[in-house]
Amino acid sequence: MAAANVEKYKSDGTVAGGLLEWVDARFPLMSLWNDHLAKYYAPKNFNFWYFFGSLALMVLVIQIVTGIFLVMHYKPDASLNSSGVPVAFASVEYIMRDVPWGWLIRYMHSTGASAFFIVVYMHMFRGMLYGSYRKPRELVWIFGVMIFLALMGEAFMGYLLPWGQMSYWGAQVILSLFSAIPLIGNDLATFIRGDFVISDATLNRMFSFHVIAVPLVLVGLVAAHIMALHEVGSNNPDGVEIKKKKGPDGIPLDGIPFHPYYTVKDIVGIVVFLMAFSIIVFFMPEGGGYFLEFNNFLPADPLVTPPHIAPVWYFTPYYSILRANTVNFFWIDAKLWGVIFMGLGVMVFFFLPWLDRSPVKSIRYRGPLYKGALAIFVVSFFILGYLGMLAPTPGRTFVSQICTILYFAFFLLMPIYSSLDKCKAEPERVTG
Amino acid sequence: MKKLLIALLCAPLLAFAAGAELHLDKAPDHSRDLPALQNGAKVFINYCLNCHSASYFRYNRLTDIGLNESQIKDNLLFTTDKVGETMTIAMRRAEAKQWFGAAPPDLTVIARARASEFGSGADWLYTYLRGFYRDDERPTGWNNTVFANVGMPHVLWELQGQQEMGPDHKLVLAKPGMLKPEEFDTMVGNLVAFLNHMGEPMANFRKGLGVIVLIFLAVLFVFSYALKREYWKDIH
Amino acid sequence: MSCDDKVDCGRRRLLVATSVAGGVAGVAAAIPFVSTFAPSERAKAAGAPVEVDVSKLGPGQMMTVEWRGKPVWIISRTKEMLDGLAKNDEKVSDPKSDRQMQPEYAKNEFRSIKPELMVVIGICTHLGCSPSEKFKTGAESGVEADWQGGFLCPCHGSTFDLAGRVFKSKPAPDNLEVPPHYYLSDAKILIGEDKKGA
Repeated sequence: MAAANVEKYKSDGTVAGGLLEWVDARFPLMSLWNDHLAKYYAPKNFNFWYFFGSLALMVLVIQIVTGIFLVMHYKPDASLNSSGVPVAFASVEYIMRDVPWGWLIRYMHSTGASAFFIVVYMHMFRGMLYGSYRKPRELVWIFGVMIFLALMGEAFMGYLLPWGQMSYWGAQVILSLFSAIPLIGNDLATFIRGDFVISDATLNRMFSFHVIAVPLVLVGLVAAHIMALHEVGSNNPDGVEIKKKKGPDGIPLDGIPFHPYYTVKDIVGIVVFLMAFSIIVFFMPEGGGYFLEFNNFLPADPLVTPPHIAPVWYFTPYYSILRANTVNFFWIDAKLWGVIFMGLGVMVFFFLPWLDRSPVKSIRYRGPLYKGALAIFVVSFFILGYLGMLAPTPGRTFVSQICTILYFAFFLLMPIYSSLDKCKAEPERVTG
Repeated sequence: MKKLLIALLCAPLLAFAAGAELHLDKAPDHSRDLPALQNGAKVFINYCLNCHSASYFRYNRLTDIGLNESQIKDNLLFTTDKVGETMTIAMRRAEAKQWFGAAPPDLTVIARARASEFGSGADWLYTYLRGFYRDDERPTGWNNTVFANVGMPHVLWELQGQQEMGPDHKLVLAKPGMLKPEEFDTMVGNLVAFLNHMGEPMANFRKGLGVIVLIFLAVLFVFSYALKREYWKDIH
Repeated sequence: MSCDDKVDCGRRRLLVATSVAGGVAGVAAAIPFVSTFAPSERAKAAGAPVEVDVSKLGPGQMMTVEWRGKPVWIISRTKEMLDGLAKNDEKVSDPKSDRQMQPEYAKNEFRSIKPELMVVIGICTHLGCSPSEKFKTGAESGVEADWQGGFLCPCHGSTFDLAGRVFKSKPAPDNLEVPPHYYLSDAKILIGEDKKGA
């Protein structure tokens, strides 16, 4: 998609045309438009799973816009007001009650956080279904995993801001993980908190990261993700490269311009998404206690731990992996192993493009081994997520240990089973 | 294959799923019953607002439940002289902590905080406020069925009377109070309805708006889907 | 723009319908966001009308109350003070209060509902300083020889008489503003609201 082959815009004589010519002579407007929309040829056989990329962008916009307006009214302040309530907690209720329409904007933001993870998990699963991470899209995938990591950080820090009981104790548990690091751990945890406990200092630095630092990183990564994608072109449910079969005009035979075909299609997807989003925002903003946890309606109290701390649903699979490790291997204790495994659980996605040795990309042409492995992986991921919400018992810990092993086995054994798998032949062109 | 795997993996889960049960009585739904909410507000202001604040709730928000500003001013305004003020209290928190062991919490969003997998926050409050019984081992002389070793004494005992814990873990009314049991239940039901309303005063408006938004989005869906079909008929 | 064939015509209709519906959705979604800029309930409560008890205010005295973060002066004017106002008519720039710096019910000779009680916002109309009281008359006031009593703004020297009227050739362009107010009873004024139904 070289920009050089795009002719500069010539005015058609109208005022608008003249203005466009003026701008295009000074800014690559038409070439951006063509490279990314009008002459970006996407495979014509995208299915349901291909909605989630544009939806993720949509949610990012919702989060940024609602976030901008929430910052105008929220106060990151852990001190107590005259009624004995932390100012930060009270400012959230101020937004919910006193700011005109504040409740809607806050619910959009809190629902948006969960929606972001639903959409991103679906988007990642799409990549695993159709081998979208395979050559030549390794960098697209790596930028994507980095977005996922940044998003986890963003969500974690955002969750501290309402300064409720779950905010406080969730942060307490997660930031204490740093103390598992040998030698420097305790000092590092104190350094990150800026205090000996989670406190005003912690709240303020998390606020700063949440509203400016991480969003800047996220926006940059999203741009890199899309630029890398448009450089190599989109994968599709058949996993065949449409660029291999081009017509005499140099346009892939199975490619159609992203605009208008996929813009009109994605608009339908966005409308459907907004309907689901509105159902949550207007009829069940707490999401049954999964999107806004009930205990977080109690202000943070450093002296009383809630009887049961569970992270928000999107972190629970990794929280389960963290808790699953109960034995000391070698000279490292169980707590540190838990932290290491949790970190590896995310990091391992980076290596996916090189772990997969299958001759085909798409699940449609893969053999039973990969299909079975992916099914086991998804089921273990769900079980880990479910167990992460519950208080641990010996039985549950055992199940989560098995699922943790299955989770990692999916990645670590992939070079073996993906090359042994009996794959079907890929078609020459995309199918339906 | 997949189904078998799912079944195999889910089987042990079922065994672990059940935890300790908390039985809650269902609170009556008065979310659109203005007289009940008004009565609940009156009970709240008379009995709760001495020790508990509702520091995010403004008195003039009572207009949502059908009271006008002069009614609020004349009958319900004890802690301030401005209807735009929030329901704060004069009690000092440090002293309160000394008396009760813990400062009485702010109650504005208590109904949202007490929700759990066992029932809504209103259900919990409805059970809690009717679940006090005599316990001489407690400093206040009271204990509670859903909030063990609670710090708050039974503020409404003169109305309800005194309950005692029977041998079969069922409460028995040992000494009747000023209200008949069903009258007391109605009163607590109204109070809980108000607490629930206070947790999210805009809840009814939110749901009403949601219906309009969804209808509009449905129209937009029809148009955008027709547009998509129109463009895509060229693609084979 | 004309429809060349049936297909394009239908397509254009759908494009317009979707764009219009989408545009309406966008505008509707923007309303809540823009609305958050309006004063919140807390700001409204803080800016609510203020009830003032004037029963303790002796003749010739002045009291200051705060309304929406601004000083509101309530001046109990004596007969001499009221008589002095007429003498300023020639020297003030808007003697008849023709400019809209007061509610209709205060557009009169004394710029007040009751002649003896003046209610006015103590903020100079020049650049927002609060003038200081100069109630003594004549040369003793330190203002000028035939001073009838009034206010002097310390910032740029604008002067106002006891009805808040600005003197000619001073930096301030307008008379001091009279806030909306009405009498709840003889001794009680509500500042910040016009009388309902009046």
